[in-house]
Amino acid sequence: MSQTHNETVLSGPEIQQKIDEMAAAVYTLAGEPKELVLVGIQRRGVPLAERLSNVLKEKGVAVELGALDITLYRDDLETVGPRPVIGETRIPGELAGKYVVIVDDVLYTGRTIRAALDELTDFGRPDKIALCVLVDRGGRELPIQADVTGATVSVDVNSRVDVFLDEIDGKDAVELSRGWRE
Amino acid sequence: MNKKVLLKGGHVIDPANNIDGDQDVLISNGVVQAVGPGLDADGAEVIDVTGKVVAPGLIDIHVHFREPGFEESETVATGAMAAVAGGFTTVCPMPNTDPVTDNQAAVGFIVKQARDAGLARVLPIAAISLGQKGEKLTEFGEVIGAGAVAVSDDGKPVVSSHLMRTALEYAQTFDIPVVNHCEDPTLAEGGSMHEGLVSSRLGLKGIPSAAESIMVARDVLLAELTGGHIHLCHMSTKESIDIIRQAKARGVNVTAEVTPHHLVLQDAKCEGYDTNSKMNPPLRTDVDVQACVDALVDGTIDVVATDHAPHHYELKEREFENAPFGIVGLETALGLCISQLVDTKLLTLSDLISKMSHLPAKVFGIPGGDLAVGNPADVVVFDANEKWEVDPDSFRSKSKNTPFAGWELKGRVHRTMVAGRTVFELGVS
Amino acid sequence: MSAVSLGKDLIGLEHLTPEQIQLVLDTAEPFKEVSERQIKKVPTLRGKTIVNLFYEASTRTRISFEFAEKRLSADTVNIAASGSSIVKGENLVDTARNLEAMRIDMVVIRHPSSGAPGFLADRIPSNVVNGGDGKHEHPTQALLDILTIRDNLKTISGLKVCICGDVLHSRVARSNIWGLLALGAEVGVCGPKSLMPYGLEELGVRFFPRPEEAIEWADVLNILRLQLERMNAGFIPSLREYNRVFGITNARLERAPKDILVLHPGPMNRGVEIDSDVADGPHSVILDQVTNGIAVRMAVLYLLAGGKPDLAEGAKG
Repeated sequence: MSQTHNETVLSGPEIQQKIDEMAAAVYTLAGEPKELVLVGIQRRGVPLAERLSNVLKEKGVAVELGALDITLYRDDLETVGPRPVIGETRIPGELAGKYVVIVDDVLYTGRTIRAALDELTDFGRPDKIALCVLVDRGGRELPIQADVTGATVSVDVNSRVDVFLDEIDGKDAVELSRGWRE
Repeated sequence: MNKKVLLKGGHVIDPANNIDGDQDVLISNGVVQAVGPGLDADGAEVIDVTGKVVAPGLIDIHVHFREPGFEESETVATGAMAAVAGGFTTVCPMPNTDPVTDNQAAVGFIVKQARDAGLARVLPIAAISLGQKGEKLTEFGEVIGAGAVAVSDDGKPVVSSHLMRTALEYAQTFDIPVVNHCEDPTLAEGGSMHEGLVSSRLGLKGIPSAAESIMVARDVLLAELTGGHIHLCHMSTKESIDIIRQAKARGVNVTAEVTPHHLVLQDAKCEGYDTNSKMNPPLRTDVDVQACVDALVDGTIDVVATDHAPHHYELKEREFENAPFGIVGLETALGLCISQLVDTKLLTLSDLISKMSHLPAKVFGIPGGDLAVGNPADVVVFDANEKWEVDPDSFRSKSKNTPFAGWELKGRVHRTMVAGRTVFELGVS
Repeated sequence: MSAVSLGKDLIGLEHLTPEQIQLVLDTAEPFKEVSERQIKKVPTLRGKTIVNLFYEASTRTRISFEFAEKRLSADTVNIAASGSSIVKGENLVDTARNLEAMRIDMVVIRHPSSGAPGFLADRIPSNVVNGGDGKHEHPTQALLDILTIRDNLKTISGLKVCICGDVLHSRVARSNIWGLLALGAEVGVCGPKSLMPYGLEELGVRFFPRPEEAIEWADVLNILRLQLERMNAGFIPSLREYNRVFGITNARLERAPKDILVLHPGPMNRGVEIDSDVADGPHSVILDQVTNGIAVRMAVLYLLAGGKPDLAEGAKG
């Protein structure tokens, strides 16, 4: 039986504060004002992208929003069963010439981002693609790094980082469960 | 040489002679010499049959042995082996061979193959019409002379009413039954199972009950018209049975048979497109099964016949519509009938034996079916209470197409004797 | 994550649960969007080999499956009954063994004999999808019909759907009946009694002998193609009379008490079972069916492919 131990990494207000900081970093990263597209990865990347865009819009930055479900680009479908439910993919118009920021909740192995990059490039050729995540938990299996990170936690493979967002989960929190496997 | 065998300690059931009790049977020179309690061995070889039933060898007036033409499915020899393993000492193979058994040479060939095999008595049924084409009568006199005991176009119906009428009239010269497979081809065409809810669901074209009963009605009327003896194969529907019951009440010379599977299985057995449940006539409904059982019990249907229809496994390993009709029956018939009819108290064991030996002989006017002194000693010894599981791999038949694989049956054949000679002994191959 | 799965094969809708049918419909939704992309292709089934084994002529079903397969990046091979030695004269067991020996992953089979796809599925480890078998089932057609109805009327439960025409010989009708009943619709059939299978009422299906009564009752009409050879087989006297008595015409639809949705699995015999003014009119969603066909088939292939549940533990993001 596993010994589960939960601890809160980020509280609700801390999350909102991180999002504000991330929005600022995304803006800085953009440099020359280009057409900015925030593409959230299903599921929790989507409301995160929306929140980021709200912050940016308040600052008067024009942002387009998109959503991406990377299930059909996963490299582990063979081993997944039953099949994952596929969420909506919505890319606003042409990507060519735009600055696309992929938004996700947790960055772990990097495989999701690999799939997202493949899928995005099938939609067009943006000028630049950046990655923005709320939590980087380490444990990469591919050479992928975030350009904007809300928080970094260092945990081993036996631990799990869960992001809860009000839009989906009814609360805002980032929790760490240690020893969830054995 | 005067070889004597004493079957000692058994329970003799000989319905024709009203015997149903613990008695011994003494066989001498291949014929029954004495039946009675506590018989003296008198130098005979003694076979202890304590706890077992000793009965006249079973007679199956409807089998298919596939030779000549379809030897990959069965031969006269393997069919005869299956027969004796099932307790049958006399069997009547149908003429739907290739070429069709419609002349004296063809009948003679089967007789010869049976003699060479030296197992069951094989009394062929010749075709009614040349090539079973339903056009010209075969030479009844010649085929009877060569050893045939009845005529039938089984596998196909006699469609022409005129031909059936003529056959019923002409057969009276030879005192043989005309045996018909009743099926209106215009209603049955393309069908592969009973027309009902199951066929609707499975998307298979059905064979309506009326396809059978329409022709039963016609045949009964023609028998009435001509005074000939019509024997109706493998009855499967309540409507057919009602017609036969009325005809018998009017004194029409009609006899009928039912297969063990039509006494036991319904059309739902075809679920999953199980080709071993595909037979013609098809498995029908609960109501029909009940009607068949009732008719056998009250004598409306005279006898049990297996319609033993072997098919090579490859032929059945197909899409349902493309698989041939029929199942093997010789090696499961007795067990099925005891389990389903005697064990349930619908029939006494003596009545069942009668419907599987004495009455078939009477219907076809052929020897056998009793243990009268002086008659050939065709005998089956079986344990009426022994349970066994049907394992098609153990069948003597060349084909294994049965829907009863894995069934537990009650009543197992231990020994079969033809003319006093043991031709089958359980556990001895 | 949903614990519902389709299993190894899709043979028919009769034995699927409402949840499984729902799963296919819901999974089809995101696939509609894939076909709207500029690059209409996702790598989901890359490296998978799919054989389209068609023992019966078919244009639209085969093309629809082929589009679905290609848009999922599968490698496809088409084997048609005409002109292929693998089919001609060879029994289905041998064909199955041959395909297996070629290390394929999935088979889409269309066969004139009812039960053939199930027969194949029992004998090979590959996934088998029924593309229509005899008079038995055509599950993907029914799923796309139901999806089209759901798209337009937002629900299936409680709807009155009438299937019109040659129900006796129709695998489309059977699959629709099972799927619609499972999802809580009321189902009716309409056509000459000579083209109705035995005992449908026992399944809870209403029979309407005349189209006027069906139109009075229904929210949706699914009009089956009348196989022209049925006339020669004596099931109906003539096509002209069929159209006059059973054809779905605007004149008949105008008397409907409510808006009726009209579906047809195609190909249509205009002027026989359906008049052109209906087929091309405002009630018709026939072309939506075609579009949805690809999404439904992509969903089915996606749901069946791979997916070994014992390895699910290894999934991580």
